[in-house]
Amino acid sequence: MNDFWIILVGALVACSCSVVGCFLVIRKIAMVGDAISHSVLPGIVLAFLWSGSRESILILMGAALLGLVTVFLIQLFQNSGVQGDAAIGVVFTSLFTIGVLLVSLYTQQIDFDLDHVLYGEIAYTPWHTMTIAGMDMGPRAVWIVGGSFFINIVLVFVFFKQFKICSFDAALAAAMGIPVMFFHYLLMSLVSVTTVAAFDSVGAILVVGMLIIPAATAYSLTDQLHRMIIISMVMGILSSVVGYYVATALDASISGCMVCVAALFFTLAFLFSPSHGLISRIWRRKVSFKSI
Amino acid sequence: MNMLEILRDPNTQWILLGTLLLGLSSGVIGSFAYLRKQSLLGDTLAHAALPGICIVFMLTGVKSISFFLFGAAIAGMIAVFVINVVTKYSRIKQDTALGLVLSAFFGLGIVLLTQIQQSSYGNQSGLDKFLFGQTASMVMSDVYVMMAVSLILILACTLFFKEFKLLSFDPGFAKGIGLPVLLLDYIIMLLIVGAVVIGIQAVGVVLMAALLITPAVSARYWTERLSVMVVLSGIFGMLSGVVGTLLSAAVNNLPTGPLIVLSATVWFMFSLLFAPNRGVVAKLWRRVEAKRKYELIKKLEKQGAHHYE
Repeated sequence: MNDFWIILVGALVACSCSVVGCFLVIRKIAMVGDAISHSVLPGIVLAFLWSGSRESILILMGAALLGLVTVFLIQLFQNSGVQGDAAIGVVFTSLFTIGVLLVSLYTQQIDFDLDHVLYGEIAYTPWHTMTIAGMDMGPRAVWIVGGSFFINIVLVFVFFKQFKICSFDAALAAAMGIPVMFFHYLLMSLVSVTTVAAFDSVGAILVVGMLIIPAATAYSLTDQLHRMIIISMVMGILSSVVGYYVATALDASISGCMVCVAALFFTLAFLFSPSHGLISRIWRRKVSFKSI
Repeated sequence: MNMLEILRDPNTQWILLGTLLLGLSSGVIGSFAYLRKQSLLGDTLAHAALPGICIVFMLTGVKSISFFLFGAAIAGMIAVFVINVVTKYSRIKQDTALGLVLSAFFGLGIVLLTQIQQSSYGNQSGLDKFLFGQTASMVMSDVYVMMAVSLILILACTLFFKEFKLLSFDPGFAKGIGLPVLLLDYIIMLLIVGAVVIGIQAVGVVLMAALLITPAVSARYWTERLSVMVVLSGIFGMLSGVVGTLLSAAVNNLPTGPLIVLSATVWFMFSLLFAPNRGVVAKLWRRVEAKRKYELIKKLEKQGAHHYE
């Protein structure tokens, strides 16, 4: 049963990250996911100090709020003339620093394992169960990550057209009267909530990996956005299933193995994709040389 | 303890020299990385170093800093190569390639780390210190390595200043006049790898990116000339290293790495607000001034118009 729960959580993380990850990859802001997963640290620590427990919903909210602050600051610095990637770097490193310093300042008062927060272990999720009205509802992570997946899928489904136009041609979207900034922040809030929800149970590394790698794999396989999202979800689920069994065989970190398997899938797609793969590119070049 | 006592401590002196050099060299190479829109490369390379460190430990079984740095450098070069191949031969853009390599390498590193922890490699504690850095553990030989690397780095940046400048602003033109663009590209990346490798021990994997990015961004606020920016960025980095180390020596229980990054951030905030031309205060001042002028002209016009009637 534990196998099932772990794989389910992994698959849910993969799906919920894939939905927003595809947009990040298309909009060329993939590193924002990495930034958010680091800069939520002070939010988590402050909420922890405030509430005194790790289980509280306050932690989730504190982290999500910091995620939004991150996005807002990045946008602010970008508007004031700092290059996009450097703005991301400045914001997330300074927020992360504040988080680390807070942890070391209050290290006596709180039992806070920095390694656990950053490299959280998915293997423990089956034991953190949730009970509502005395009934065992299964692992907490399933509900939290599942909830974020549900929010993502509903919002992306409802506003698919808007998100799509904003991602590919923001100027056109603005001309059509779509509130571009609103959808930018909506997407970023989704990234932030997704990251935080998954982060708590599986750690930052799996979140960043699942945001970017399956989406990049799907991007090299198809030219259509809705197909890309579906392919990337399938890739994510496959990586979490295969990754889990590889991890049990090697007795190694489950999150790490899931990410490695996802990277393996990307390598395969990079080499053998029929439309954009390396081999088909070389093949096409050869054919066109011959025809000349 | 007062500052003088801290400064007299020979151990602190070594650490101070180390962080000073680290700040200087990462500030200098960081400004080129910034102009070439490769700021986050440092972040990726720092994360990518983890599997290199783990593999070296598994092969040799000894916890030697110079071996680890060697492993980190090899892993960093492989990461640079993979990023270049992926961006060149697929439709994946640079930011996605960076994130891809970052998470894939780091995931591999975590897998190897758990393998090391579970098997009988003896005393493996301290490997995870690389994640957050431990300045206090630096010894004289480490500082010698840092000195050598930062000397090479600064020398290379001085020698190839013209080439790097051209490459940063107009790579097409650089190629047109016959510069070996690809080679120079790899040299810059190699120098970034060098800065990252000496920085990992001091400030850790996650915060190393800050030393490459923040001083360069701060310096950009003050000037429009590359030479001034490189020097300023080096100075900002150096000051951050010194201030962070001294603060951490004066206040107990606070780690050095985050304090260095925090002081770099303070410099950034200062530049953001008070830089002469691009700073927030200067911009606001210009706006107020323009408004005042406009109103004055309007008032004069009104008076003038009244006068003509």
